[in-house]
Amino acid sequence: MSDLTRLSIKELHDAYRARDISPVEVTQAYLERISSVDAKVKAYLTVTGDLAIQQAQEAVRRFESGEQVTPLTGIPLGIKDLLCTQGVKTTCASRMLENFVPPYNATVVERLNGQGAVMLGKLNMDEFAMGSSTENSAFHCTHNPWDLSRVPGGSSGGSSAAVAARLCAASLGSDTGGSIRQPASYCGVVGLKPTYGRVSRFGLIAFASSLDQVGPFTRDVTDCALLMNAIAGHDTKDSTSVAGKDMDYTQCLQKGLKGMRCGLPQEYFIEGVQRDVREAVERAIAALKDMGCEIVPVSLPHTPYAVATYYIVATSEASSNLSRYDGVKYGFRASEYANLLEMYKKTRSAGFGPEVKRRIMLGSYSLSAGYYDAFYKKASQVRALFKRDFDNAFNACDVLITPVAPTTAFKIGEKTADPIQMYLNDIFTIPVNLAGIPAISIPCGFDGNGLPIGVQIMADAFREDNMFKAAYNLEQAVGGIQNWPEP
Amino acid sequence: MRITPDEAAHVAHLARLSFSEEELQQYTGHLNAILEYVAQLQQVNTDGVEPMSHPLAIANVFRQDEMLSSLANENALANAPQKDDGAFVVPKII
Repeated sequence: MSDLTRLSIKELHDAYRARDISPVEVTQAYLERISSVDAKVKAYLTVTGDLAIQQAQEAVRRFESGEQVTPLTGIPLGIKDLLCTQGVKTTCASRMLENFVPPYNATVVERLNGQGAVMLGKLNMDEFAMGSSTENSAFHCTHNPWDLSRVPGGSSGGSSAAVAARLCAASLGSDTGGSIRQPASYCGVVGLKPTYGRVSRFGLIAFASSLDQVGPFTRDVTDCALLMNAIAGHDTKDSTSVAGKDMDYTQCLQKGLKGMRCGLPQEYFIEGVQRDVREAVERAIAALKDMGCEIVPVSLPHTPYAVATYYIVATSEASSNLSRYDGVKYGFRASEYANLLEMYKKTRSAGFGPEVKRRIMLGSYSLSAGYYDAFYKKASQVRALFKRDFDNAFNACDVLITPVAPTTAFKIGEKTADPIQMYLNDIFTIPVNLAGIPAISIPCGFDGNGLPIGVQIMADAFREDNMFKAAYNLEQAVGGIQNWPEP
Repeated sequence: MRITPDEAAHVAHLARLSFSEEELQQYTGHLNAILEYVAQLQQVNTDGVEPMSHPLAIANVFRQDEMLSSLANENALANAPQKDDGAFVVPKII
């Protein structure tokens, strides 16, 4: 039975079509595995077993009635707990939303439902997606399935750990400064942050609206393309989603890279990158070269300013977005207060965790009278320079190849004392969000401790085709991951 | 640029947060460490650079002015901490 959880989305779909297995069997296999393994990994915040079986039965009906099926029909998925799911608690891993039951679905959830996908449950994360380790969840920390004493990355740590531990066939997460790619790298799975505007943000609980993007976690690149086909596309409910740019992502999975120009930004190959990480990325680059890629040295000169720029832009937007949690419309409200102001303050102070409050404070300061020009405006100008850097680089190359994070997964508790050390972990992923371009993390090897290493492939805005093509071929060359961990 | 505990208390008020004395000291310390770190942005020459607030070159996205279905009152109030007679209840403000 447990072998069913080893099949990819594509394999499951083929098996469903051939009537070799049924979506109900597969869903049951996943639910059984969740009840036996998730006590150790703690990827889920909510498991929706009954709903999953119901959806799986509906998928069976679709296959049997000859109704339209898609590659996602009957595929058991996990959803990061900041995507609204109608009738199913959506907490953002915060006390503030501990009992919040959305009255509507996020567009991406609606699309998956429309395709007949199965939802196994809601996945853990850093509170309001603020963090790089899932240690900021108000409920519990998720453990890395490759080594339970280590973090799965963050903020979408539940989404990455669940895919690696075979607690779902694939999952959705969100990426504001690396929150899909870094946990994908730490857990040895494929994680994609699409171009800003590719995927609807409607029903995604906002952290930093100009940076947030929803994307998939899968066990291979083909599955990633299948999930992108299901979730991408214009949505009238999100005015920043872009029309007229749709593509069939599976069509990008073509063999052969001859003539593709791969840029290596010198600022990403620096001191402070763990030796195993650097060597694994260099092996990936050598493989690209062997496949006929032209390797082009490029420069992204503003890279050293990424973390500083991001922590002003993201916290400013967050302080504004999170002002909605006021104890009036939904969510937590403090029990004792003398007046409205006190109700606000007590509600917000008790409802938010320390990292969220730290970021609201920094954002409020950056936007406040007298400091706006020095902080928010300055950071927004530097952000424009990041975009310019990428524009220049993509004149000289089709994709950029870099490490995802400077290190492999760190120990739980190792970086919690020093916020800046934690933030610096995101230096290679943040520039992508600032510029709004797409990037994918795919596994490319292991370090000396047996922990997975990811390589990042970036492409110009709306050029996921180049990114997918490079990722697909590189996956074949470096082998992907065959032996998934057994936590 | 350093922030004092008094200024931190002011920012906390703007953000509708309250802290104990001890917490305020701690947050002031963290904020100062972060402000010290982000001060490096001042080294970047941004003369004549238009601030970028958003990755897409879009402005004023319009739709047809059509009436669409919206949340029923009951659903909109379903998560309210306190409600009465189809409305949210808040502490008295006047």
